[in-house]
Amino acid sequence: MTGTYLGMPAFPKAAADAVHNPTLRGNLRHATHTIRAKRAKAVGELSDWAELREAGRRIKDHTLRHLDRYLLQLEESVTAAGGTVHWAADADEANRIVARLVKETGESEVVKVKSMATQEIGLNEALEAEGIRAYETDLAELIVQLCKDRPSHILVPAIHRNRGEIRDIFRAEMGEWGRPTPEDLTDAPAELAEAARLHLREKFLRAKVGISGANFMVAETGTLVVVESEGNGRMCLTLPETLISVVGIEKVVPAWRDLEVFLQTLPRSSTAERMNPYTSMWTGTTDEDGPRTFHLVLLDNGRTDTLADRVGRQALRCIRCSACLNVCPVYERAGGHAYGSVYPGPIGAILSPQLRGTASEIDASLPYASSLCGACYEVCPVAIDIPEVLVHLRERVVEGGPAVREGNRVVLRPAKGHAAERAAMRAARWAFSHPGALRAGQRLASRTRRLHPRTLPGPGRAWSGTRDLPAVPPEPFRDWWQRTRGGKDGAR
Amino acid sequence: MRVALFLTCVNDTLYPDTGRAVVKLLTRLGVDVDFPMGQSCCGQAHYNTGYRHEAEPLARQFSDVFRDYEAIVTPSGSCGAMVRELYPRLGERARAEGRGDALARTLAPVVPKTYELTEFLVDVLGVTDVGAYYPHRVTYHPTCHGLRGLGLGDRPHRLLRAVKGLELVELPGAEECCGFGGTFALKNAEVSAAMGADKVRNAESTGAEVLCAADNSCLMHLGGTMSRLRTDLRPVHIAEILASTEEEPAV
Ligand code: SF4
Repeated sequence: MTGTYLGMPAFPKAAADAVHNPTLRGNLRHATHTIRAKRAKAVGELSDWAELREAGRRIKDHTLRHLDRYLLQLEESVTAAGGTVHWAADADEANRIVARLVKETGESEVVKVKSMATQEIGLNEALEAEGIRAYETDLAELIVQLCKDRPSHILVPAIHRNRGEIRDIFRAEMGEWGRPTPEDLTDAPAELAEAARLHLREKFLRAKVGISGANFMVAETGTLVVVESEGNGRMCLTLPETLISVVGIEKVVPAWRDLEVFLQTLPRSSTAERMNPYTSMWTGTTDEDGPRTFHLVLLDNGRTDTLADRVGRQALRCIRCSACLNVCPVYERAGGHAYGSVYPGPIGAILSPQLRGTASEIDASLPYASSLCGACYEVCPVAIDIPEVLVHLRERVVEGGPAVREGNRVVLRPAKGHAAERAAMRAARWAFSHPGALRAGQRLASRTRRLHPRTLPGPGRAWSGTRDLPAVPPEPFRDWWQRTRGGKDGAR
Repeated sequence: MRVALFLTCVNDTLYPDTGRAVVKLLTRLGVDVDFPMGQSCCGQAHYNTGYRHEAEPLARQFSDVFRDYEAIVTPSGSCGAMVRELYPRLGERARAEGRGDALARTLAPVVPKTYELTEFLVDVLGVTDVGAYYPHRVTYHPTCHGLRGLGLGDRPHRLLRAVKGLELVELPGAEECCGFGGTFALKNAEVSAAMGADKVRNAESTGAEVLCAADNSCLMHLGGTMSRLRTDLRPVHIAEILASTEEEPAV
C-alpha cells in the first residue's frame, strides 16, 4: 500500500487527539447518527434482508474461492470487448502502468471518479510526480483535494467537515484549480453545489482521459459497474477519449445475475437509498459511443496474501458500503484519519493490517481500535465477522504466527512492545489455572483493601485518569460460599 | 435440577454481592445451586486480547469443572457469550491447525448448557415474575455481548417489568456500546472514556436513579465514570434487583 499514510502515530494517540476536537466530534456524531437511522429504516423495508445478506456472502465466498478462474475469464471478456487488461502486483506497479498509459495519450490532465483503489495506491501523488494533474470530481473528494486533506470516510470522504468549513475551502482554493467561486458564496447547500458544478463542468468538457475504479466487474461479460449519486462518475466514464479503470481483484463477480443482490444491498447499506441514483456499466469499447480506448488495471497489492488467511480473507467480501463505519462507536469519536488509511473504521481496522502487514506502529494498533461491540458485524451486508477478524489479527500482533507475505509463506514474529502484556496474560492464566493461588490473591486484595488507591500509577493511569476504580469488597464470593455453605460440595 | 453457578472471576473478586444475589434468587425459585470451587475464569480476556493459546487451558478447565451439571448459570452476558459463541470457535481453530478434535470434544458438553441468568430464568425456569420488589426508577443498558452475542432480546425487560414497585424507563441509545470492551478500556482509554461518558449522560437524561445491566464489567466502567462525573446514578446488577424482596429489600 501507499506510503502516504506511513509515519502515522498509533491509533490510540491519533484517536485521543480526535476525541478532544469538539468540531470534529460534533460533525461526525451528527453525520453518523443521521445515516445510521436512515439505513436501519431502508433495510427494515425489505422482508428478505437476511436472505440477501446470506446470498451476498455466498456469492463473494464462491468467487474468492475460485478467484483465479474468474479473473482469467474476466480478462478474456474484457479483451474480447476491445479493452486491454494490465496486472499490477502492488501500488508501485499500478501507478507506473497508469502514468505510462496517460503519457501515451500525450495528455497532462485527467478527471477522476471517486475510487478507493486509486486512493489506496496514492495514484494522484504518483501522477503529480510525473507531471500529470488529476482532478477529483466527486463533490466530497473535490473538497478533500482542494484543501490537501485526506479522506476520512469511505463514502463521504469529507464527513469531518461542515458546511461553513466547505464554503471557506471553496472560496480560498477553487480559483487555484480552475473556475473560482462567486464572490458572495454562502454556505447554502444549493449555492455550494452550483459552485462545484460549474467548476467541475469545465474539467469534464476539457478532459481527454478519465480514471475510475469500479464497484463490480462481471467475469462473464467483462462489464464494469460504478454506482454513485452525483452523476460525475457517468461524466468521467463517458466523455473522455481514454478510460483507465483501476480495480482491486476482489471486485469480480461471476455473472450479471449476481448484481441483482448487491444492487439492492449496497445502496440501502450505504446511503439508505432503495436504489442509487446513477448506475453506470461499461463493457470494453463501442464505436462512436464513450471512450475509444479502455484499459483495466487489476490491482493485487496484498489481496492474494489476505486471501491465503483462513480467518482474515472474509475482509475481501467487503463491498465498501461504509455501514460499519456509520454504526461504529469508535469511528464516531476517533474520526477517519486516526486509522491512517483510506479504509477507516471497522473494515479499515481489519483490511489495512492485512493488506499492509502489521509491521508499522499504526498497523499493529489497528486491531485494537475496537471494543468488539459487534455492531459492525450486525450491519454488514456481506456478513463479515469483523470482531472475529480483529481478534485473529490481535493474535498475530501479540504472538506472531504463520502468514503469507508477497506470496511467500512466512512466520511472523510478534510486534514489538507486547512483552509485558504477554507476561501479565501468562501470569493471569497461571493464577486462574490454580484456584488456590487465585484465592490467596483475592484474600490479599481484600485484606489490604483500605490501602488501595482509587487512581493507579503506570499503565493503569489510562483507566483511572477518567474513571474511579471499584472498591475491593471485604470478602470474595468464594470465601463467603465456603463460610456459609462450606460443608456442601465445598471440596468440588 | 443440579445447577452450577459460574460467577466469573470479576464478580467473584470484586462483586460478591451479585453472586449472593443469584444464590438467593435461584434458591427462592426452588433451584438447587452449587458453586464448584475449581472454577476461575472463562478465558475471555485472554482470547479477546489475542492470547488464544492462553485461553485454551482455561476453557478446558471450565469444561472439567462444569461438565456434569444439568445447567450452568452465569450473571454475565459477556462470559456467557464466551462459552456459547467462542468455545466452539476455539475447537474449530484447533482442528484447522491440525491438532485434531480433542479440544472441540472437550468443550462441546458445556456449550449448550451454559445460560446467562435472565435466559435461564425465562427460557429454562419459564418465569418472568420472580416475586421481586424494588421501588426505584431504573433504566436498562443491554450490553453488547448480551444484546448481540447472546441475543437476550427483551428477556431482561420482561423480568424487570414484573418487579413490584420498579419503574422501568427507556435508555436513549441503549444499543450503543458503553466503551468498556475489556482491554480496550486501557488500550484506547480516551475513546473508551468518551463512550462511557455519553452512556452515563444518556442514562442521566432519563431521570433514573439506577442504571441496570446484566454484566458487572460494563457496570464497573460505567460506575467509575459516574463517580468521576458526580452523577446521582448508581450502577446495579440485574441479579441484585431480582433478588430484592419486600422482606429483604436491596438498597
Ligand atoms: S465491511 Fe461490510 S459494512 Fe463495512 S464497508 Fe464492507 S461491506 Fe460495508
